[in-house]
Amino acid sequence: MRPIHALPRALAPLIAASVGLALAATGCSAIGESSSGDEPGSSNDSSSAPGRVVLVTHDSFVLPKPLIKQFEQQSGVDLVVRASGDAGILTNKLVLTKGDPLGDVAFGVDNTFASRALDEGVFAPYDAPLPDGAEEYRLPGDDGHALTPVDNGNVCVNVDDTWFADHDLAPPRTLDDLTDPAYQDLFVLPGAATSSPGMAFLLTTIATYGEDGWQDYWTRLMDNGALLTAGWSDAYEVDFTQGGGQGDRPIVLSYDSSPAFTVADGRSTTSALLDTCFRQVEYAGVLDGAANPQGAEELVDFLLSPEVQAALPESMYVFPVDAGVELPKEWATFAKQPTEPASVDPADITEHRDEWLREWSDITSR
Amino acid sequence: MTGPTGRALTLAGLAVVPLAVLGVFFVLPVSGMLSEGFVTDGRFDPGGVLEVLGRPRVHRVLWFTVWSSTVATLLAVLLGLPAAHLLHRRRFWGRGMLRSLLLVPFVLPTVVVGVAFRELIGEAGPLGFLGLDGSAAAIVAGLVFFNVAVVIRAVGAAWESLDPRPAEAAAALGASPAQVLRTVTLPALRPAIVSAASVVFLFCATAFGVVLTLGGLRYSSVETEIYLLTTNLLDLQAAAALCILQLVAITALLVVMSRLRAVPDPTLVRSTALPPRPSAGDWPGVLATGLVLLLVGAPLAALVTGSLRVHDAWSLGNYRALGGEGDQQALLVPVGEALLTSLRTAVDATWMSLTLGLLVTIVVTRRSRTRAERRVRGLLDGLFMLPLGVSAVTLGFGFLITLDQPPLDLRDSPLLVPIAQALVALPLVVRTLVPVVGGIDDRQRQAAASLGAGPLRTFATVDVPATWRPLTAAAGFAFAVSLGEFGATSFLAREEHPTLPIVIFRLIGHPGAMNYGMALAASVVLAATTAAVMLAVDRLRVGSMGAF
Repeated sequence: MRPIHALPRALAPLIAASVGLALAATGCSAIGESSSGDEPGSSNDSSSAPGRVVLVTHDSFVLPKPLIKQFEQQSGVDLVVRASGDAGILTNKLVLTKGDPLGDVAFGVDNTFASRALDEGVFAPYDAPLPDGAEEYRLPGDDGHALTPVDNGNVCVNVDDTWFADHDLAPPRTLDDLTDPAYQDLFVLPGAATSSPGMAFLLTTIATYGEDGWQDYWTRLMDNGALLTAGWSDAYEVDFTQGGGQGDRPIVLSYDSSPAFTVADGRSTTSALLDTCFRQVEYAGVLDGAANPQGAEELVDFLLSPEVQAALPESMYVFPVDAGVELPKEWATFAKQPTEPASVDPADITEHRDEWLREWSDITSR
Repeated sequence: MTGPTGRALTLAGLAVVPLAVLGVFFVLPVSGMLSEGFVTDGRFDPGGVLEVLGRPRVHRVLWFTVWSSTVATLLAVLLGLPAAHLLHRRRFWGRGMLRSLLLVPFVLPTVVVGVAFRELIGEAGPLGFLGLDGSAAAIVAGLVFFNVAVVIRAVGAAWESLDPRPAEAAAALGASPAQVLRTVTLPALRPAIVSAASVVFLFCATAFGVVLTLGGLRYSSVETEIYLLTTNLLDLQAAAALCILQLVAITALLVVMSRLRAVPDPTLVRSTALPPRPSAGDWPGVLATGLVLLLVGAPLAALVTGSLRVHDAWSLGNYRALGGEGDQQALLVPVGEALLTSLRTAVDATWMSLTLGLLVTIVVTRRSRTRAERRVRGLLDGLFMLPLGVSAVTLGFGFLITLDQPPLDLRDSPLLVPIAQALVALPLVVRTLVPVVGGIDDRQRQAAASLGAGPLRTFATVDVPATWRPLTAAAGFAFAVSLGEFGATSFLAREEHPTLPIVIFRLIGHPGAMNYGMALAASVVLAATTAAVMLAVDRLRVGSMGAF
């Protein structure tokens, strides 16, 4: 037997490594941190003990921290936010975990995905008292009032007004204008298969040209040199003339709120074409099988409170559903909302999404 | 412990931990998702899945995946080999900096790299005249950009550990440099090259952002198709079909690779001599390194330039803004905080993947005594490559539907992110370690044992010194994978502690001139941190070697 003090020298790095690992595991690692924090252990029942309410949402969700504190104080429960993925991923997660939900409330399912979640019975009915003006945002077909509208925003074609002024060209106004040779090679937009605004634009064209006419419109649009990108950031930041990069296309698919972000010297350099818009509404709902249904209902009410509604534009870049809430100054001046945005029945979207996207891919990749 | 039962027991004992981890965090979730596709209305119904496999679109998608990944892998190897030689077998000022710089692409979020690439090759970019935007060539270039570092680092680590004397002897006997390369060096490096190439191929075949962003939506790979089917259409039957396709393809790849890896005499001897300075004969290495630098450097330069522009003027404003909460609130947390979260998570992912990787390496590299034993070891070797070849969304959704019951109620566990990252890094760790450990002459261990050393001591005196360099290389890989990992992280990340890539993704996804600049600045911070960590790891290994 070898005495301890004659530990082979070569073992030294191994020991050093294990000490390092031990340090890592306790001191400077994420695990060490969260287990010493207020987070309850991961192995015990983590699906919402009373005393907290879990919000499942997409990764665009953000609210000012003081507001969240305020909710926790008023309701006496901790708010745990689980945010990841986009609206589609969120919806599909909810569908796949139906009956054993990931939390108590889901926020962020929009009107293009909502009917899939409704059909699957993901939500429990809860008829939250709506603020003034919110009634018009209810999901068509949601007769049991499972979903509560929280915010809305429109996907619209945006134009760079300075570019058109510099080039002595009148900016386009309608969807048809975008296929006019005068605007050849000027339009950039994210694709419908990979981006939620892209999907919204496809739905605009379906609403405008009908279920048998949109294919022809897209053929003309692509023939006129429209450029497709994977996501919104690519289209807006790289290719759009008013984006962060050195883009050269003055027409882009974005939001009705976007002109509020291109303000220079008291005026916006861009504007949204209000005849090309599709309205997206985001909903909150109590999940069926929630561990804390009462806390869940309080959370839905909280999302409709004037404080949260007022914080929505600057936190999540969307409009409140509460008509009585005052908008931030630049929004009130520059972010014009369309009066009659395009709409497609949510049940139709769920039924035909697959088929429409397939057709769309065939047309655009020709 | 020397009888056949003892050997089998030791093998099983060492393999049990990695196997359990793989079982819970890979096999279980993936089979969960597959069964969603195969079972309709409570009945096993493989017909739907088979029908999907017959669709022409699926064949097109598969063909594109195979050819683009193959071309990208070949290019990465062709560029990476000479560069690995220069950067690991030659000594010159700034070598460490170059090596760590080349690993930077590995950690950058694809969405940022996509933007940086497109700033260069887009219609209005300086390289716009090439017409690359939206082409398959751009996709291949992007894949090489991300993966060439894998070849350089993995092969370089093996090359460093290679005894230079056989090559010198061949040269002294009159062999030309080309003959030495062909007959002595390349055969000895073959396991490492094949290992690196197989990992690169898997990375390419499962690339997601690059294909969509740089291909302008004109191309679909198996991975992008699975993503669309799972996250958008919820067509789990078709997704299951493609997942099966992925698994079959990887298995085929692994079989081919294990054949190619096998060499008659894998014995390596540690080299101890100080590497020479570059000479005129090193021009292929200089040329390749130059090309790689250009490929890696141009988008990075675009990134740095962009981060320093505010309202068409030079400024550090974007960097200053990173400390606050951004234009509006697009910045979830100050970047310093996100960076800290990223580093902490990376530490966890690194020790997890190294621990698992070492165990796997030991299990698969011990010389087998029977054919059955060799088979089992070979099977294990391949098994741990699988997580790389399967889509992150399959795994992510699989976590949700299978890890929801005690004792495996782990859906909300903070462990999930580092574990997922460790699984992604594990194949890299194993593929970096196995060629070197497998190359250790077993007689050295036998000699140690006959001199009275126990298994632990044998491991410490024979295996550890030879493994130290690849081990640090693997640690660097694991760390980098974790720092840059976005797919699984975005799927699992918890709002309270977003990692830096998550913060960057959010910044770049929202309007506001400042947000764009800040996203670029945050990417530069991520890149610089990575380079610094890699540099430190490289230093660490030189210091430790000196202690022996």
